[in-house]
Amino acid sequence: MYWNSFSEFLAMGNHGVYVWGSVGVMALLMILEPILIAQGRKSLVARLQRQFRAEQADTTERREQGTRRSKN
Amino acid sequence: MNNRLINWFKYASPQSFYPLAGKMIPWFWALAAVFGVAGLYIGFLVAPTDAQQGEGYRIIFLHVPASWMSMFIYLVMAGWAALGLAYNTRLSGMMAQALAPTGALFAFLSLWTGALWGKPMWGAWWVWDARLTSELILLFLYIGFIALQSAIDDPRRADKAGAILALVGVVNIPIIYFSVKWWNTLHQGASVSLTKAPSMAQTMLWGMLLCALACWMYSIAVALMRARSIMLERERHTEWVRALLGGKSANQE
Repeated sequence: MYWNSFSEFLAMGNHGVYVWGSVGVMALLMILEPILIAQGRKSLVARLQRQFRAEQADTTERREQGTRRSKN
Repeated sequence: MNNRLINWFKYASPQSFYPLAGKMIPWFWALAAVFGVAGLYIGFLVAPTDAQQGEGYRIIFLHVPASWMSMFIYLVMAGWAALGLAYNTRLSGMMAQALAPTGALFAFLSLWTGALWGKPMWGAWWVWDARLTSELILLFLYIGFIALQSAIDDPRRADKAGAILALVGVVNIPIIYFSVKWWNTLHQGASVSLTKAPSMAQTMLWGMLLCALACWMYSIAVALMRARSIMLERERHTEWVRALLGGKSANQE
């Protein structure tokens, strides 16, 4: 271990703002990016499933109408 | 030989690439975490201070991997774009589109960490130095690529337009890489290069390489995640997406 104390580690030899400013923004963006992708995927899947269900309902309805008409 | 050829082409179709990518993503995340923890541990807790720059030099463990990735992702993106133009494969455009935002992210991080490193060392957040300027142009190329692709409705045409932009922009990569040699820049020269022994302490070098590996694994994981979403979106009219998302009800059709 290179550091003598935790406060020394935080101070980074008076360069703390620059070092932790780099670490913070990089960590934030690299955590945010996969979260945003996962959220986007979730809403995309939900949208497509809704769309497929709607199409499904549409075709079954039409088929039922078709059979009803043929019975008549 | 013949078998191998067939297998490669098999995974070039989104339908078979999609589940494969899904299986690989957790592994790349795990590797990214392992390399990241090891690299940051060495870089921030073990590595000694730099004689000239003091503790501020530790930004190198973020700055160099981010900069490498920003350049490398561009090359991979342009490679996919070229494949797409040459063979007109669907997967190529999707991969190029999936890589662009992550490349832009790393280009931004390279500039951001660079600014925070430049201020204490040079006394300036920004200078119009050859390396900084060409890296800024790289960020604009990524943004341009994303904007151009999203401005064209037809995805196949968007891919082609984006591919041409990506290929033209490739010329910027060697300019970034060699800028510190070609011009008299404020930016320091390469500490690690392929042609000569690295000019830095062993522990620092290992910390940096591990952080770079972590960024590689991160990029692959994130790009595959994004590629899977793009595949679903673009292939939504096909049977395999319908079967995947529609469940059993879709099969009754």
